Amino acid sequence: MQELLTFTIIGLSTGAIYAVVASGLVVTYTTSGIFNLAHGATGMLAAFTYWQLRFDWDLPAPLALFITLFVLCPIFGLVTERFVMRGLQGTSEVVRLSVTVALFAFMIGIANWIWPSDSSREAFTKFFEGNTVSIGGINISWHKLITFGCAILVAIVLRLLLYRTRMGVAMRAVVDDRALTELNGGRPDRVAMFAWALSAMLAGLAGILLAGEQQLNIEPLVLLVINAYAAAIIGRLKNLPMTFAGAAVLGLLDAYYLQFSDNSWFPQSILGFGISGMRASIPTIVLFIALIVRPQTRLRAGVVRIREQNKVPAWSTSIMGAVALIAIVVAISGMLTRSNTLLLLNGFTLAIVALSLVPLTGYAGQMSLAPLTFAGLGAIAMSKLPGDGNLFTLIIAVVIVALVGALVALPAIRLSGIYLALSTAAFAVLVTKLVFNQKQTFMSGNISVPILAVPFVEINSPRGRLILAAVAFSLLGLGVVAIRRSRLGRRLIALKDSPAAAATLGMSLTRTKLAAFAISAGIAACAGALAGDKVSPQQYDFTQSLPIVLLTVVGGVGTVGGALFGGLMLGGNSVLASVVPTLKNVTKILPGTIGVTLGRNPSGAANQIADAYRSLTNRWNLLAFAAAGGVVIWILDAQYVISHWAFFIGGVFWILAVTPNLVGIMQAPRTRQIIASVYLGIGVIIAISIDWDNAVDSTGKRLIALVLLIALFGVGAQRIAENAPRIHRSSPDVIGLTTDFTDEELDRAERELGVVL
Amino acid sequence: MSLLEVRGVMVRFGGVMAVGGVDLDVHAGEVTGLIGPNGAGKTTLFNVISGMQEPTAGSVHVSGVDITHEAPHRRAKRGLARTFQRLELFSSLTVRDNVRVAAELASLTNIDETVDNLLEKVGVSDLAEQTAGDLPTGSARLVEIARALATGPRLLLLDEPASGLDEAESDRLGVLLRELTADGLGVLLVEHDMSLVMHVCDRIFVLDLGHIIAAGTPDEIQHDPKVLHAYLGAPS
Repeated sequence: MQELLTFTIIGLSTGAIYAVVASGLVVTYTTSGIFNLAHGATGMLAAFTYWQLRFDWDLPAPLALFITLFVLCPIFGLVTERFVMRGLQGTSEVVRLSVTVALFAFMIGIANWIWPSDSSREAFTKFFEGNTVSIGGINISWHKLITFGCAILVAIVLRLLLYRTRMGVAMRAVVDDRALTELNGGRPDRVAMFAWALSAMLAGLAGILLAGEQQLNIEPLVLLVINAYAAAIIGRLKNLPMTFAGAAVLGLLDAYYLQFSDNSWFPQSILGFGISGMRASIPTIVLFIALIVRPQTRLRAGVVRIREQNKVPAWSTSIMGAVALIAIVVAISGMLTRSNTLLLLNGFTLAIVALSLVPLTGYAGQMSLAPLTFAGLGAIAMSKLPGDGNLFTLIIAVVIVALVGALVALPAIRLSGIYLALSTAAFAVLVTKLVFNQKQTFMSGNISVPILAVPFVEINSPRGRLILAAVAFSLLGLGVVAIRRSRLGRRLIALKDSPAAAATLGMSLTRTKLAAFAISAGIAACAGALAGDKVSPQQYDFTQSLPIVLLTVVGGVGTVGGALFGGLMLGGNSVLASVVPTLKNVTKILPGTIGVTLGRNPSGAANQIADAYRSLTNRWNLLAFAAAGGVVIWILDAQYVISHWAFFIGGVFWILAVTPNLVGIMQAPRTRQIIASVYLGIGVIIAISIDWDNAVDSTGKRLIALVLLIALFGVGAQRIAENAPRIHRSSPDVIGLTTDFTDEELDRAERELGVVL
Repeated sequence: MSLLEVRGVMVRFGGVMAVGGVDLDVHAGEVTGLIGPNGAGKTTLFNVISGMQEPTAGSVHVSGVDITHEAPHRRAKRGLARTFQRLELFSSLTVRDNVRVAAELASLTNIDETVDNLLEKVGVSDLAEQTAGDLPTGSARLVEIARALATGPRLLLLDEPASGLDEAESDRLGVLLRELTADGLGVLLVEHDMSLVMHVCDRIFVLDLGHIIAAGTPDEIQHDPKVLHAYLGAPS
């Protein structure tokens, strides 16, 4: 009895922390409609900051707390809202969620950079460490009492704030009807800034309280957010009392599990499967159940107009692209060192994983945070199934994982948007904790996946595997193009654009979503099954999925090119980290930094480049010129006039900086034409004339030089050739105008109307 | 037997009674008007009929079959199609593909021909290859009608199809509705453009604050004191 009471108190105190985090999550979701996946990471960063002030710099605790919670956290919240979240209005849920994923990745990167985990640290002590009070014969630490106090205080303050203050009323008004509040003179932006500041403070408070209990580690603090999600979902993301109740239940479940699992009668395994990962999975299981029992998302008319757009890919350009990709890989793979080959291979594997998101997220608009989980299952299936990697084994493995994908989606399919994304995250965490650590799967470490046995060709070198991966990506990419052009593809797009219309026209949304999930899982399974090497469960961890989702959305999740871009960019990022140790810290925050810019270009980077190439398709003279340039650079290399690296850098420069600008330059006025051509010419000469092999001592630095060259000359030439005035981003389409205004036109309209548009 | 029978349908949102016990019939080969001031519950009633809103009480029958609890996509298979007050086009597909998706869902055999005919019929053939999201409101409404027709419906629900149309387009819509009903289609029309409603409808139901306050021919409705009161606030 005594013991039960003790564990109840432990559970409630954990629950109190969950409640504080969850309430912050609810506050931002209700006022800005953005579900902040980075909420836990905010708390983590606050805990580290507090540690820095309090324990490393020895400030008194109240001062350190004041600085962290009442100065730094609110500033962080304000900045996040103003510079990252505000640009996201009118974008799709996928983009909004990706930006919070980016923020998440960014903050983990920052923490890893400033506070490396290998350095030994002074301990993070509890408040009033060592002091306890005895209540009913049970000793309770002061820290726990303070935790309870904070949760109760937060509950009271939030209640008073929302119902008794002007700001609170404004916040609730924004939740009910943002546009109406604005028309009545309310300022939703200001309200949102306040909400984000408040939310950051709540996250910070919870982070500090939890760090006192569990010490300073990035992972538990970041994953705190999953527990909080579960509580917030129980409160349907808006009901604060229910959220607090949910948090208490979660805390208690955790404590009781801890108590009972200590007993000898408690099973260590069920049906031969170990359950050591059970405790860590409880919040995820609760989250999953809470999501599933949620009432079905009601079909609603009146979708937001979405900014991103992708055209139907044509067969001719798709096949040309696939052939060109394979040709390029075959050509350059002979020149790469073994380690660089492996790195590029990794990039292509990631690109296949990214490709799995194109039909699901890009076409059908369904967010998945678990692509790597399916890749992991594919690797397991390929390695455990008989056949030692022949084509038939691959097909069976893909079919099995596709079925698993559909099976997993089945209960989650009633959900949409953020709820669906969260349930895929819950699935990924569950598989990591309960499946990947079984002796039947990864045992304790690596399994080896056999190399695919392709008829008539023996593949055993890294180069062979690289070419295989490139061919696989190309074929799967063409498959995805075929889907987009098919009946199913049109249905997937219809599902994304208007579920309400699709359903009333006779489409079963469930069947369409199942198809999308199965296809996506199958493609991701290929990435795992084609690994052809030893793989470890860490490679398929949930947290590794997030950068992939992120960079695919950055590259452009609606197109095959975007997937390639995303995968290679992520692969390139790890190249940077391994080759240039001084840049290691930069690579930690790079994906996140790129991701937070999504608000400005929601269709993705690959789309911009593709647009430039698309305008080339009917201009045979320019196409011929582009091809001739590539051939010349290749001949220079083949005749040993330039080095391999100069060929690579010159070639990429030609593809990404020169060719996309050709049409723009042709259309520019005479003087601009000449200046831009000369400028680009200088870029080409620099790219191919430098002896990169000797001038620069590492692959990473060469790649950086390449990126700089493209940015300097490619983007520069575009600016020079660009004749048309710059388009104003926020044209007043509220009044029904759909064409963009230029700055001058906008100024004139404002002058003549006497209003600010 | 009526094509559509709505009996005692009631929808309550929390404490608000949006629709309070509505009876309504639509016959094949007729245009039935549903009019009423803003907030009368017209769109909610549409949502109940098309399956997007579960009614608190009451039933909906199509050709004598109870469909009150059927999913929207099953109702479509029974010959129900609708358009939306706020446009719900598949904005990243072309106009042609918007209509084609619907025709494919209805498992028609000669899809290309059907799509071409429908685009011709509503008068948007020259826009076929444009992206639907770029269309002006008037054309977009016509595409929505073509898309709904592509499922080969027996009953068409139109939610304010004439808003955003100019006078000529609106007149052509009237002609189109007459043609469609001549082929045996039943139409339920929600519309604020009174000249169109009075011109094209065979019978009209007037909804106010969730209740049917009048029903009859256009002529009867125009002289009904309760209708005048609901619309103009004049003493009855």
